[in-house]
Amino acid sequence: MAFNTTRRAMLAGSGAAVALTQAPGAHAQSTGAGGGTPPSSMPVSFTVNGTAAELELDTRVTLLDALREHLELTGTKKGCDHGQCGACTVMVNGTRINSCLSLAVQHQGDEITTIEGLGTPEDLHPMQAAFVKHDGYQCGYCTPGQICSAVATLAEIRAGIPSHVQGDITAAPVFNAAELRERMSGNICRCGAYSNIVEAITEVANSDLGAA
Amino acid sequence: MRPFTYQRVATAAEAAAAVAGNPAAKFLAGGTNLLDLMKLEIERPAHLVDVQDIEGLNAIEQTGDGGLRIGALVSNTALAADERVRRDYGVLTRAIVAGASGQLRNKATTAGNLLQRTRCPYFYDPNLPCNKRNPGSGCAALEGYSRQLAVIGTSDKCIATYPGDMAIALRVLDATVETVQPDGTERTIPFGEFHRLPGDAPEKDNVLAHGELITAVTLPRPIGGEHVYHKVRDRASYAFALVSVAAVIQPDGTGRVAFGGVAHKPWRVEAAEAAMPQGAAAVTAQVFADARPTEHNAFKLPLATRALAGVLAEAKG
Ligand SMILES: Cc1cc2nc3c(=O)[nH]c(=O)nc-3n(C[C@H](O)[C@H](O)[C@H](O)COP(=O)(O)OP(=O)(O)OC[C@H]3O[C@@H](n4cnc5c(N)ncnc54)[C@H](O)[C@@H]3O)c2cc1C
Ligand code: SF4
Repeated sequence: MAFNTTRRAMLAGSGAAVALTQAPGAHAQSTGAGGGTPPSSMPVSFTVNGTAAELELDTRVTLLDALREHLELTGTKKGCDHGQCGACTVMVNGTRINSCLSLAVQHQGDEITTIEGLGTPEDLHPMQAAFVKHDGYQCGYCTPGQICSAVATLAEIRAGIPSHVQGDITAAPVFNAAELRERMSGNICRCGAYSNIVEAITEVANSDLGAA
Repeated sequence: MRPFTYQRVATAAEAAAAVAGNPAAKFLAGGTNLLDLMKLEIERPAHLVDVQDIEGLNAIEQTGDGGLRIGALVSNTALAADERVRRDYGVLTRAIVAGASGQLRNKATTAGNLLQRTRCPYFYDPNLPCNKRNPGSGCAALEGYSRQLAVIGTSDKCIATYPGDMAIALRVLDATVETVQPDGTERTIPFGEFHRLPGDAPEKDNVLAHGELITAVTLPRPIGGEHVYHKVRDRASYAFALVSVAAVIQPDGTGRVAFGGVAHKPWRVEAAEAAMPQGAAAVTAQVFADARPTEHNAFKLPLATRALAGVLAEAKG
């Protein structure tokens, strides 16, 4: 009796599942059964890595897709597209967020920093250099998100943001491996390069924060 | 994702009116739960009212009676990091930093966090019946895999849990939720009355009317004591609670306790708190007296007792 699924519900349900597997382009055309709202687009402008961007976007475009598909900044990666893996991590006004769970139109006037804005192949950011030195990856897909997240994590420790593993929640946080693992837990590495990632970030932290 | 129109508003009254006037409209705060559900077409708003620009909702202020008023737009990170919260309401900081990830907490807002929807796996699967997603379609969890689901306060329509952490601490702190209703008037909702039990209408998670905007959460003056939040989950970080315990324990062994991961709302039975000095089992015997677990989630009952025992031991130091 719990499964009083009607044929109509099943058909509607599998329709939704099919829609999920369609390409993003096909999505833009789906208005949904029953003739819903037509697609709507809007102007949005923000700064990416110091350069002004002015776009006209479907309201559904995420910050992640705006960066990758419209600005061709493909360094930021799409992993799960649901905020669970951290591959899409970028910094907005200096704070790290999951760019997949944010609409581009929410970011009018914001300053966005992606992996491309941290450093260049000729002039690597210290965190990029440390990941190379310590081999903090295997396939490299999660790496841009890991690096953006790592840079922001050190800034969060400096700013005194508390964490789950802190003993005394009223004290200033310190840098250590346990803190790092907790604070970086929003970035999943499918290859399991975690120990090298910890080493890379630790090296930067030691020179940056002057912590042991 | 279904198409939608998007609007930004400058005042709370404007926001409430914009959503109230359109049955298919929703508020958008951080977007970390709503956009996730819109991608799956579980939520299908035709219009979004983005509240991020509303004046005065992004501050944490002292109230006249020595408490704190937390604006609806204050991020989870900012709230957890606030010196006054860390000093006087430590259980709240502890609960927030036990949830989600650093990235998500930076974007998640106080109001959005309270309104996050259940993580019942069948709610997320549009191929299966779910009374919360599609009222009247049935509940796939009743005869499905219910390990994560509720053990108390359930109905034969829904056995989902409220998944969040922050709200468990707010319940133990006797917070209140302040709103602006569609007609512009304000109301104050005691935290224990904010989230609903599923009953016959599991699609309604809480008592807010359509178009009613949360403006703040208010904490009464500090009550001292040891503040502890224990979250038991399948991995050490970045997972929802199987069982969580928020507690404030006084030096004489009296105190308050609320449980997460066990019901459709933060679960607190004030009458049971008199048993606190007798130890965890005496408390949970009363808190979970009416429990109706499934064979998959009966483990949550002894787990709740042990988690509370751990909290009491930690509070003693
Ligand atoms: C991978 C992942 C892991 C997570 N893990 C945890 C966890 O362990 N613990 C935990 O507690 N949470 C967890 N979360 C949930 C997270 O905390 C919520 O997504 C977040 O708090 C929602 O806040 P938001 O501002 O982004 O809300 P939004 O997504 O913007 O909004 C959520 C809902 O609130 C409504 N709303 C927003 N603001 C208002 C307002 N002012 N008045 C009225 N209605 C409003 C919206 O219409 C919407 O229905 C996790 C999320 C993800 C994606
Ligand atoms: S328990 Fe509730 S949310 Fe889960 S399938 Fe049943 S009705 Fe849906």
